[in-house]
Order: sequence, then C-alpha cells, then structure tokens
Amino acid sequence: MQPPVQTTGLTKRYGGLTAVRDLDLTVRAGEVYGFLGPNGAGKTTTLRMLLGLIRPTSGAVRVFGARPGEPGHLGSVGALIEGPAFYPYLSGRDNLRLLARYAGTGAHRVPVVLDLVDLTDRAGDRYATYSLGMKQRLGVAAALLKDPRLLILDEPTNGLDPAGMADMRALIRRLGAGGCTVLLSSHLLGEVQQICDRVGVVSKGQLVAESSVAELRGAAALRVMAEPLDRAEVLARALLGDDRVRVVDGALELAVGPQRAAAVNAELVGAGVAVSELRLRERDLEDVFLELTSGGLTHVA
Amino acid sequence: MLRSWQAEMIKLVKRPATWLLLVLALLLALLFTYLFPYASYAGGTGGPNSDRTLPMLLPEQLVGNSLGGLPVFLGAIVLILGVLTVGGEYGWGTWKTLLTQGPTRLATYAGKLLALAVAALVLVLSLFATGAATSVVIAGVESQPVAWPSVADLAVGLGAGWLIATMWAMLGALLAIALRGVALPIGLGLVWMLAVQNLLAVIAAPLLDWVAEAQKGLPGPNAGSLVAALGATGDTPGVAAVVGGGQAALVIGGYLLAFVAAGGLLLHRRDIL
Repeated sequence: MQPPVQTTGLTKRYGGLTAVRDLDLTVRAGEVYGFLGPNGAGKTTTLRMLLGLIRPTSGAVRVFGARPGEPGHLGSVGALIEGPAFYPYLSGRDNLRLLARYAGTGAHRVPVVLDLVDLTDRAGDRYATYSLGMKQRLGVAAALLKDPRLLILDEPTNGLDPAGMADMRALIRRLGAGGCTVLLSSHLLGEVQQICDRVGVVSKGQLVAESSVAELRGAAALRVMAEPLDRAEVLARALLGDDRVRVVDGALELAVGPQRAAAVNAELVGAGVAVSELRLRERDLEDVFLELTSGGLTHVA
Repeated sequence: MLRSWQAEMIKLVKRPATWLLLVLALLLALLFTYLFPYASYAGGTGGPNSDRTLPMLLPEQLVGNSLGGLPVFLGAIVLILGVLTVGGEYGWGTWKTLLTQGPTRLATYAGKLLALAVAALVLVLSLFATGAATSVVIAGVESQPVAWPSVADLAVGLGAGWLIATMWAMLGALLAIALRGVALPIGLGLVWMLAVQNLLAVIAAPLLDWVAEAQKGLPGPNAGSLVAALGATGDTPGVAAVVGGGQAALVIGGYLLAFVAAGGLLLHRRDIL
C-alpha cells in the first residue's frame, strides 16, 4: 500500500535561496504526523509542493502514490495551508457549497463539516464578517469537505481561543483515531506533543529529526538540589555510575527513572547531605525543538 | 471543467461588483448613445455628437449603436470584469483553496474563461436590449416608424460584439495572471485602452506612417474597425475604419486566442505562492 505522503530528495530553490533541501519525508497511513520547524524553515513550501501548488526544483512527491497533477492526486486530500482564504461576499455555507462543487462531492457534506467545527449558527453570515477564529474554523471545515483520507493542516489553531484550540485538538485526535492520516504543521509544540504520533523537525530546509514524540523527548531524569553539591555528586556517582550523573545549573541531573528517587534520597540523606529538592525532570518537545533548530543536524532514528 | 464553470458562474452572479459593472456599462451606453444625443436633438443644439441626428437614434441603427462603445469605454468595463474574475483569486489568496479541491489548474482556468465568455454575451445582449427599448421609446415620442435591422444583421452584430467583449475580458484575465493581482492590471489595462490607444490614433498615427501601419495590428483599432463596418458612427471614441471588417474580426479572434493561451501557460507554469 502506498504511504499517504512520500517525498524523495525534495528540493525547492528560489534563485540563490534553497527553501527546501533534499527532503525525504514519509507519513504513514493512519498517523498524526507533526511537521515542525521555525519560521522560514521550509514547512509551508513543502506542504505546497505536496499539494501541487509549487513545483519542486528537483526530487519527487507522491501522495497516495500519485504525483501532483495526476488524476486522483488530490481526490482524498483535504488541506488548510497558511491560513484560510474564501470569498468575502459569500456566506460561510455558500463558500463551502462552492468548494463542494469544484470538488465534485455534492453539498451533502456541508452541514456535517459545519457542525464538526461548530460553525452552523453563523454559517449564513458573510465570510467578511467572521472573526479570525471563525475563519480558521471554516478553513478546517473546507479541508474536511471531501471526507479526506489525508488531512494537511498548516497552523490550524491560529486565531482560536483556548476552548477552540481544545476543540480542534480533540477533532484532530478523533480524525486520527478514525483512520484519517493527519499531517499537522504547528508552532504550538505543546499541542503537537499532545496529539502527534510522530514528528519531523525541519530547519533551514532540511529534515533534522524524525521520530516519535517520546523518542525525541528522550528518557526522564531526576534533578536533585543538594548541599554540599560536590559530596552529593560523589555519592551519586558511586550509587548510579559516572555516566548517569552530571551537574547542570548547580544541581545534579541523574539519568535514572523516578523509581530510583527514594534510593537516591536515602543515600544522600544517610550520608549527611541536605537534599532540598528532588524531582522528576522531563524534557518537553520545546527543549528538543530549540536544540535541534538552533544547532547542527541531529538525526534521530 | 464543467464543475469549475458552474462554480465560476455562481461566483460571478453572486458578486456585487459584476452587477455594478453591468449597470454601469448599460448606463454609459444609454447616456452617450441615446440620451445626450437625443437631448441635443430635442433642444436643437449641436455639439460633439452632432452627427447623431434623429434617424441615428431609431431602431434601424440598433446594431451600430449597440456596438459603438465596445472598442473603448465598454471594452474597458469588460476588461475590468476579466481582471476581477481572475485577479480576485490572487487578492483573496483563494487560488490555493480552489486548486486543492481536485480540478487541475487548466480546468479551473477554462471554467473561468467560459464564465467570462458568458458574462460578455450577457453584456452584449443587454446592450442590444437596452438600445432596442430606448430607440423604440424615442421613435414613439417622435412619431417615427419602427423599422428593425434584419435578423442576419442582428446576429452578425451580436456575434461581433461578443467577440470584441470576450477578447477584452481575456486580456483582463491575462493581465491579472501576469501581474498576480487586481489593482495594477486594471490600472495598466485602462491606461492602455483609454490613453495609449487614443494617443496613438490621434497624435502618433497622423505623424508617422509606421505607427499608422502598426495600428492595423492592434486590438483596439481592429475592434473600432469591426464595429464601424457594422454601422457604428465615427464620432464615437475608438470607432474608425482603419481596416476592413473581415480582417478586423480575424485579428480580434487571433488576439482572443493568444490572450487565452498566454494566460493558460503562465498559470500552468507558475507557482501559486
């Protein structure tokens, strides 16, 4: 079976600027894939190439095995790219009906998707009168019109209030659970951490990491504030081994899980070391993201 | 393509600017073709349209009167419609929304052009209908007999008007694609139609033979020649028999196809940013 998204050596150059460089990306069927990167990293250019809006300079794009421009390339794909764009003089409902006509899906999905994004009450109002959040929800509704097998969402929670963001996360989770493959580009790393199965991180047009969220974040560690610190370090090394102990910002960081916390505490306190803080430290995706996008390449399997 | 055409028709019909342009075109045609000349005739005053004596305002002159504005001012309105129909997608950023629905770029483009061609036909039919109604009223008020052009003349006139209007609409579409927007294509299109064409015809052509010859290949003078061949009076801006009617129709048809092809090529090859 063809993966929903596969790119090989995908490159896009604008004159002397390389926006996307030799990108190999595979999104598996049924997963929610987070596509991360700082501004200008090449995320939107990549998504536009997937949809045939931008032609690659070199490399290949396949969406369900079809190249952009081939029949069926977009038949099962819904997309919201770089913010919603609709006709201001039409209502939200008429905009969706119009798109349904372009797509050849019939208008029967229009009330369904309006309901999914909680926009039924305002669907008769002109698009020009919508708030930013409502426009965004209409954009997501349009992406869902074709009941897609692949949903490409570029910053879908832009402009949404906290409740709207929670609703959107729940919707994406539901779609993922229902078998829809979701390719999600977002700056909100907490959001990605909560809903994505795997993430790919791009920096300066290159994929610098691709893995599950858990693998990217790595193992948890214990952080210990103790006095005297050098005595605590010696004891910890003796207990856990040199390679599991380091001093970070005036505290011990121990590469062990929470199940060792009691033993560590007993060892230090028993040796007369005062322990003022002992807590589990988990790296969040933001830490990983900043490491990956500010430094060199780090390929994660 | 059929789906795209249907969708484009819906957009055109529901867009207020379309109706504004239609009303404006009919109003201008009515004022300058019938009402001002009739006011001049009724008041017994001469003026720039002094050629427009009462017989020129009667139903028998319907074809020429309905076509007279298309080489310049009505053509400019159709050009604006062409720019708005295609350039609006750039202005609102809706190309990406349309082109991710499934139809190819060329199918979407063809749907737009077909819708524009229909709009051009509606405009020309409306011009004829408004002219017919107005000239009948004038004939009634002046107790003149009502004689209509032959069906063949009407058909040729409608066809010629449709050809010219569609050509200007396609030029508008091409400008919108080439310049990826609305404001600049409208500005440049209007400068060409309302200023440059007139300057060439009135100032440059009488001075330089090669300009006079080159004019015979330009869209505006050919549109003017075609409507002149079908009875439009020479006192209307842009109307002059620079070339024969048959040649003018061929040249306009050629421009129409060239504008369509150039716009399609650009849209097909360029990235949608």
